Amino acid sequence: MAEHVTSRKLYFAIFAALMVLTAATVAVAKIDLGALNDVVAMAIAVAKALLVLLFFMHVRYSTRLTALTAMGGFLWLAILIFLTMTDYLTRGVLLDDVPGK
Amino acid sequence: MASTTMEPEADAAAHHHPALQHQFDSLEQQKESSTLGMWLFLVTEIMFFGGLFTAYVVYRRTFQGVFAAASHHLDVTLGAINTAVLIFSSLTVALAIWSAQMNRRKGIVFFLVLTILLGGVFLGIKTVEYSHKFHDNLVPGPNFHFDGPSPEKAEIFFSLYFIMTGLHALHMIIGMGVLAALIRPAWKGRYDASYYNPLECTGLYWHFVDIVWIFLFPLLYLLGAHAR
Repeated sequence: MAEHVTSRKLYFAIFAALMVLTAATVAVAKIDLGALNDVVAMAIAVAKALLVLLFFMHVRYSTRLTALTAMGGFLWLAILIFLTMTDYLTRGVLLDDVPGK
Repeated sequence: MASTTMEPEADAAAHHHPALQHQFDSLEQQKESSTLGMWLFLVTEIMFFGGLFTAYVVYRRTFQGVFAAASHHLDVTLGAINTAVLIFSSLTVALAIWSAQMNRRKGIVFFLVLTILLGGVFLGIKTVEYSHKFHDNLVPGPNFHFDGPSPEKAEIFFSLYFIMTGLHALHMIIGMGVLAALIRPAWKGRYDASYYNPLECTGLYWHFVDIVWIFLFPLLYLLGAHAR
């Protein structure tokens, strides 16, 4: 695989985008959107993380094996949180008097 | 990282790049291998922090109101400044690698030093925040005091805050140590466009620590900021 060199210009552009998104997440947090506050904050955080992953960490230009490994890590984290919440979010749904509820 | 092969059959390889270790066919293969290895380590790091993030999600859902109230005691401005500092340090570490790719020896050293300094700024601000928490008796333990309906639930928030940011800060300290260890070989001209694996792997680690903070900042600081 030929070595990919990311230009300085692109690094600066990613940096600028990350700063804008940081300002946006602080600004949005001060507006009451109800449950949407969490959704927006997490969407912005995921967007920032993707920019760092793809460009700063060069995943966009890495081999498929490396990209797959990186995705695997986040997939397993998603499984961890998802399966945990299938428990916590459904307590009391099937049985009304679950102990400890 | 330099290896010296002593086997006689390595004579032909004697003219190879000094950083190329004998088990690899080429520098390219060596770089692939180290990048993949670093990523495998980062996957374990994702799960390491992931357990804490999961704990956060569970408690956050259970004690929603108290968590928002407790979050008000964190300084959003300092947190936002630290986010900017950390993102800037990610840029500088990326530029250190860029300098290596451009064969700019002094550039590598400059950006490594700048990255360490920015890490220091982050930890300095964190220290100020921590000392405020100690002063306000918001550190979980016998002296914990919280004016609110359920102090014991707020204590869980601050336990998560200290464990997550503390573990993150520990990662920063380790990262700064590794970056510092790279300065000398970089100054000696050990890294250039043909070989900079240690820079690349350390960069991956540093960016990962940045990503952890990208999630910690909204989850801990911005939670319920609108109700302020």
